[in-house]
Amino acid sequence: MSETQTNRRLVGKLVLTVFGMFCFGFLMVPLYDVMCEALGINGKTSGTAYQQEVEQIDNSRTLRVQFVATRAEGMSWDFGPEAEQLSLHPGETREMLFLAHNPTDRPMVAQAIPSVSPAIAAAYFHKTECFCFTQQVLQPGESVEMPVRFIVDPAVPAQVKHLTLAYTLFDVSERMPDKLAAAQAQAH
Amino acid sequence: MSAVIDTHHHDHAHGPAKGLMRWVLTTNHKDIGSMYLWFSFAMFLLGGSMAMVIRAELFQPGLQLVQPEFFNQMTTTHGLIMVFGAVMPAFVGLANWMIPLMVGAPDMALPRMNNFSFWLLPMAFGLLVSTLFMEGGGPNFGWTFYAPLSTTYAPPSVTFFIFAIHLAGISSIMGAINIIATILNLRAPGMTLMKMPLFVWTWLITAFLLIAVMPVLAGVVTMMLMDIHFGTSFFNAAGGGDPVMFQHIFWFFGHPEVYIMILPAFGAVSQIIPAFSRKPLFGYTSMVYATAAIAFLSFIVWAHHMFTVGIPITGELFFMYATMLIAVPTGVKVFNWVSTMFRGALTFEAPMLFAVAFVILFTIGGFSGLMLAIAPADFQYHDTYFVVAHFHYVLVPGAIFGIFASAYYWLPKWTGHMYDETLAKTHFWMSFIGMNLAFFPMHFVGLAGMPRRIPDYNVMFANFNMVSSVGAFMFGVTQLLFLFIVIKCIRGGKKAAANPWDGAEGLEWTVPSPAPYHTFSTPPEVK
Repeated sequence: MSETQTNRRLVGKLVLTVFGMFCFGFLMVPLYDVMCEALGINGKTSGTAYQQEVEQIDNSRTLRVQFVATRAEGMSWDFGPEAEQLSLHPGETREMLFLAHNPTDRPMVAQAIPSVSPAIAAAYFHKTECFCFTQQVLQPGESVEMPVRFIVDPAVPAQVKHLTLAYTLFDVSERMPDKLAAAQAQAH
Repeated sequence: MSAVIDTHHHDHAHGPAKGLMRWVLTTNHKDIGSMYLWFSFAMFLLGGSMAMVIRAELFQPGLQLVQPEFFNQMTTTHGLIMVFGAVMPAFVGLANWMIPLMVGAPDMALPRMNNFSFWLLPMAFGLLVSTLFMEGGGPNFGWTFYAPLSTTYAPPSVTFFIFAIHLAGISSIMGAINIIATILNLRAPGMTLMKMPLFVWTWLITAFLLIAVMPVLAGVVTMMLMDIHFGTSFFNAAGGGDPVMFQHIFWFFGHPEVYIMILPAFGAVSQIIPAFSRKPLFGYTSMVYATAAIAFLSFIVWAHHMFTVGIPITGELFFMYATMLIAVPTGVKVFNWVSTMFRGALTFEAPMLFAVAFVILFTIGGFSGLMLAIAPADFQYHDTYFVVAHFHYVLVPGAIFGIFASAYYWLPKWTGHMYDETLAKTHFWMSFIGMNLAFFPMHFVGLAGMPRRIPDYNVMFANFNMVSSVGAFMFGVTQLLFLFIVIKCIRGGKKAAANPWDGAEGLEWTVPSPAPYHTFSTPPEVK
C-alpha cells in the first residue's frame, strides 16, 4: 500500500471517530435521562404514570411528605398545594391537590417540573397520576385544581423519613404555539 | 518540456518562499510550528495581561479598578485564552516542530491540513476577543460556561463565543489527526513504537484524547446554540431539560482536557531530565503505560468536579476512588523522574531548572488534587481559592514550565544559536519565585473560605491577597524577559552545535543547528 493510501485510510478512521464522538455527546442526553430516572439522580422522577403493582402497605413506618410550589422567572400564575404536608405509610396511595389560577388577561400554557428531595428517595417516589405529565392551559381569570396521586415504595431506604415534592411552574406559552392557538380560539 | 518544468519545480523546493505569503501558504512543519509557538506566546501575554487586571483588582479588598461585570469577563476570558489559546497551541507547535524531527519524517503527514488548522486559530481568538468590545460585553460566565449562565442569562455576544469554540475545536481535532497520522505512518525504518522518544509517545496519547473529547465539546456548545436560538431545551427545565446535564457533558470533555494540557509536558520533561542527568530515562516502558493509564482514567472521573451538585452516595464514592487512582500512574512517573536524576551527573542549565521545578511543583499541585478528590472534604473546598491554587499549580509550573523547558532545550536547534544562559536563569528564578508567591497563599485563603470569581473579599484575606498580587506582577513582568531572550537568541549568540547538550539523545540532534528547512528527505536508519 502506498503512503498516501495508508494515510487516507487512517485519516478516514480518525474522522469517523470524531464524528462518532460528536454523536456520543448528543447521545449523553437520553443516557442522562435514563440514568436519572433509574437512579433518581438530581431528584428526577418518572415522566409517565406508575403502573401500580400489588404492594403491601408497611404500617410500621410513617413518612412525612412536604409539598413545595415555586413559580419560575416570568411566571405570573398563582400556584400552590392545598396542604403543606401529609403523613403516610409506605405503599399507601395518597392524593394532593394543587391549585392554579391565571390572573392575566390572556390564555396561557404552563408546565410543572417535579423534583424530589432527598435525591436518594426520588427513585422510590411513584406518581400514578400527575398534572406534570401534561401541560395546563388556562383562560384569563380561570382557576383549576390539579391532582397528583402517588405511592412511596416500601423499599425506600430506612434513613428516609421526610420527603419533599417540589414543583416549579414554567410559562411555556411560546413553546406550545398549537395549544396556545387552540386556547385563544376557545376564548373568542 | 517536462524536464524544464521539473527543474523549475526542483529549485523552489529547497528553501522557503519570500515575503509574507511564505507564512500564509506554508506547508512546512517548521514554519507552522514556529507560527503556533508565536501565536500561543501572544495569547499567553494577552491572557496574562487579563490576569494582571484580576490581580490588580484583588490587590486590596473593595472595588478599586474595574466593575464586577468586567471582572467576570476578565476571569472568563483569561481562562479560555490560557487553555485554548496559549497552552494547547504551544504544545501543538512543539509537536509540529519536533515530532517529524524525532521520528525521522520529512514533514507532517498532512501538510496542507496543518496550515489550515493553524490559520483557524487567529480567526477563533480574534472572534473571542472581539466579543469584549460588543454591546453587553464578552463571556462573563466563567471558563466552564455552565448553563443557564451561558444560555438564559448570557450576554448577546455568546453566539460569537460558541463559534470561536467551534473553530478552536476544529483546529485542535485536525492538529490531532495530523499528529496521529505522522506518528503512525511516517516513522523512520527501525523506529518501533517502543523506541519512540517519550515526547512522541505522550503526544500520540494526547492526540487520541483530543479526537475523543473535542467533538463532545463541540456537541455541548452546539446544544447551547440550539437552546439560545432554536428553542430546544437541552439545559432548560421548562422544556424537560436539565442544567446539571450541562456539567456532566462539559466535564466529560473537561477532565480529559486537563490531561491534554499536561501529558505533552510529561513527555518533554522525560526528554530533558535524562539529557541533563546524562543517564537514560529510568523506566521507559512504565512511563508509556503510566501515560496510557492516566489517559484511560481521565474518562471515568469527570463527576469529581461536581461533588456538590447532588449525586448519589455510590456515585460520590466511585468518582472519589477513581480520581485517587490517578495518583498511582502519576506517582510512577514522578518516581521515574527522580530515579533518573539519582546518581546522575547533573547540571542545571535553564531547561533542567524548569524541568526539576516542574517535578516538584507539579507534585504539590497533585497533592492538592488528592485533597480535592476526597468527596466529603470537597464540600469545603468547592468554588474556593483552594481550587484556584490547585489548578494553577498544575498548569503554571506544570504545563507552562514544561513549555519553557522545551523552548530552552530546543531553541539551539530552532535558531542555531545558544540562548543567554544568565538571562534564562534569571527568567527561571523570577518565574519560580513569582509563581509561588502568587499561588501558594491561595491555598490558605481558599481553606479559610474565600470564594473564587468574586472581585471583592473579606478584609481578613487582605495580606495574603496582596502577596499573591505582588507575585503575579513579578511572574507577569518576567515573561517579557523571556520574549527578549528568545528574540536575542534568534538574532545571534554563540553558534550551537548539532547537539549542544552533553547528554541529549534522539534523531533531532543528528541534523545541523539550525535545522535546515527540509530534513530527513531520505529516512534515517534507526538501530
